[in-house]
Amino acid sequence: MKRLLLLFTALFALPLAAQDLGEPIPEGGEVETMGEADEGGLTGSVSFEGNLDDLGIAIPGFATDADRPTPASASGTAALGKEIGRIVYNDLRNNGLFKPVGPDSLPQPTFANITAPAWATWSNRGAEMLVHGYVRARGDGKLVVGCYLYDMQLRSELVREGWIVPPSDWRRAGHKCADLVYSRLTGESPFFDSRIAYIAETGPKDNRTKRLAIMDSDGANHRFITTGRATALTPRYSPDYRQLLYLSYVDGNPRIYVYDIGTGRQTLVTESTNPTFAPRWSPDGKWILYSMAVSGNTDIYRVSSQGGPSVRLTNLPGIDIGGSYSPDGSRIVFESDRSGEQQLYIMDADGSNQRRLTNMGGRAATPEWSPRGDQIAFTHIAGDFNIAVITPQGRGFRKLTNGWQDEAPTWAPNGRIIQFFRTERNSGRAGLWQVDLTGENERKLPTPVDASDPAWGPILP
Amino acid sequence: MNTRIATIALLSATALSLGACKSKAPTELPPDPEPTVSNPATTNTPTGPVLGTQAHFENAVNGQNVIYFDTDRYNIDTSDAAALQTQAQYLARYPQISITIEGHCDERGTREYNLALGERRANAAKNYLVSLGVDTARIRTVSYGKERPVALGSNAQAWAQNRRAVSVVIN
Repeated sequence: MKRLLLLFTALFALPLAAQDLGEPIPEGGEVETMGEADEGGLTGSVSFEGNLDDLGIAIPGFATDADRPTPASASGTAALGKEIGRIVYNDLRNNGLFKPVGPDSLPQPTFANITAPAWATWSNRGAEMLVHGYVRARGDGKLVVGCYLYDMQLRSELVREGWIVPPSDWRRAGHKCADLVYSRLTGESPFFDSRIAYIAETGPKDNRTKRLAIMDSDGANHRFITTGRATALTPRYSPDYRQLLYLSYVDGNPRIYVYDIGTGRQTLVTESTNPTFAPRWSPDGKWILYSMAVSGNTDIYRVSSQGGPSVRLTNLPGIDIGGSYSPDGSRIVFESDRSGEQQLYIMDADGSNQRRLTNMGGRAATPEWSPRGDQIAFTHIAGDFNIAVITPQGRGFRKLTNGWQDEAPTWAPNGRIIQFFRTERNSGRAGLWQVDLTGENERKLPTPVDASDPAWGPILP
Repeated sequence: MNTRIATIALLSATALSLGACKSKAPTELPPDPEPTVSNPATTNTPTGPVLGTQAHFENAVNGQNVIYFDTDRYNIDTSDAAALQTQAQYLARYPQISITIEGHCDERGTREYNLALGERRANAAKNYLVSLGVDTARIRTVSYGKERPVALGSNAQAWAQNRRAVSVVIN
């Protein structure tokens, strides 16, 4: 009893310095969509009729009306325009669906060209689609960025949009433009303008330093949140990007904390001395799922993100852990070894109606419901560990990767790409990878150091 | 099961040899002055490890402060039981000692499941010690999942060494 009391005191009296947290991260500003852009609307239709991966898209640098100084670039708005063009190019190139050509191998259009393209310049280069854009520094310091997509064969505009961004968020304008082009050409929802939380790893296999870190979907704006003094694991971004759930050993025990990005402070998800694991948000951000071990038996609990009492959702002996909500919040897919080995189960959001989902041979772990609702991604364990998908009806099982140990899938906001981490045999080194739903387009996401436990957030608000 | 016992015997030997370079407990902490011990007959020899240290515990239980598990299992088998009985005897003899049982897993499991499995292993060991009469308040558990391997290879032998519950003296 004395020990318990001491533990409580220690938890609540913990000075900030002992929390393993770095400086608070400034929250991003608002990105406004410009009203006049709506006038264009969707005009014309795509004339291209081949495979998208043959689609040549020319993406020159964005033009500027006048080269002005801006906090977003030491070299002024002209250089910034070229950088924004590079962001659009890299987003679309890395996606694997297109064959874009970027600002570094194309001529630079003038500001007047943006709404009146020099068609011959681009048709001579074999481009089928043309992206134009501009950046203008406003009097109040904010940046106005316009993005236009043209069909070269029709010589007509397909779509345009404009945004007003604070200089610190200039990269988001590039992602917004890439999202506009991607959505218009594929019919899918956008996903580039989003962020990823993950665990940055350094050091030898038996003494890894694991730090909570965040970055944009393309790896830019990378920030460490914890100092690495305590092991941090399994982060999850709140849907509004204001908070992070993650596991920390900061008090010596594995416990889930709610970290507030604006204030840089964190609190325990539940005031229990039991270990807690596997935090998850509901899609509307109102609920938190966590798993808690009591006398060695782990079950899934739900608590309001505003705090208050927890409700236990599972109560069988065995490990019930994780949990991922359906997009409408009505059901939860979770992992349980109640059958003797890890398999996926589905229950209603109140814990009722629990039933087994997977029977495909091998074990199944870490389920994540697609934001589109049509697929559940998970770790399939049959010898090696691989990323696989199955429908919420338990059909259509497909293995998407072939690594030695691929683990912990997380969905892109549009439900078309899955990110996961891959661990190398023997060295134990891990990195973040992405695969699309065909399983054909796989790539490694560059990170400053080794990386694991990715969690992809939704489209930024 | 016979092969498992053979493996464990081999592993115990390995664990013994590893014991020397293990540094679970910080060695720089001040030794317990043991003011309550006044009888010279029960005082440790000056050359041996000091009571209250991990070295003293490991020495007294002959390296059996670690027990091992099969893949995805957490049951206490006969060799585990023998090791835990030795630990219980030590704890009965030194009632002032409390321990932490660390539950560990091999790398061939998903991270979150391994955290839960490590907790289950640590509790299995704790429950066995409690069944032998050790006060539950003297045993703390912590799971490290697959985060702290002792054997660094990616092979069956390394994984067997990493699926373990380690008893560590609380200083």
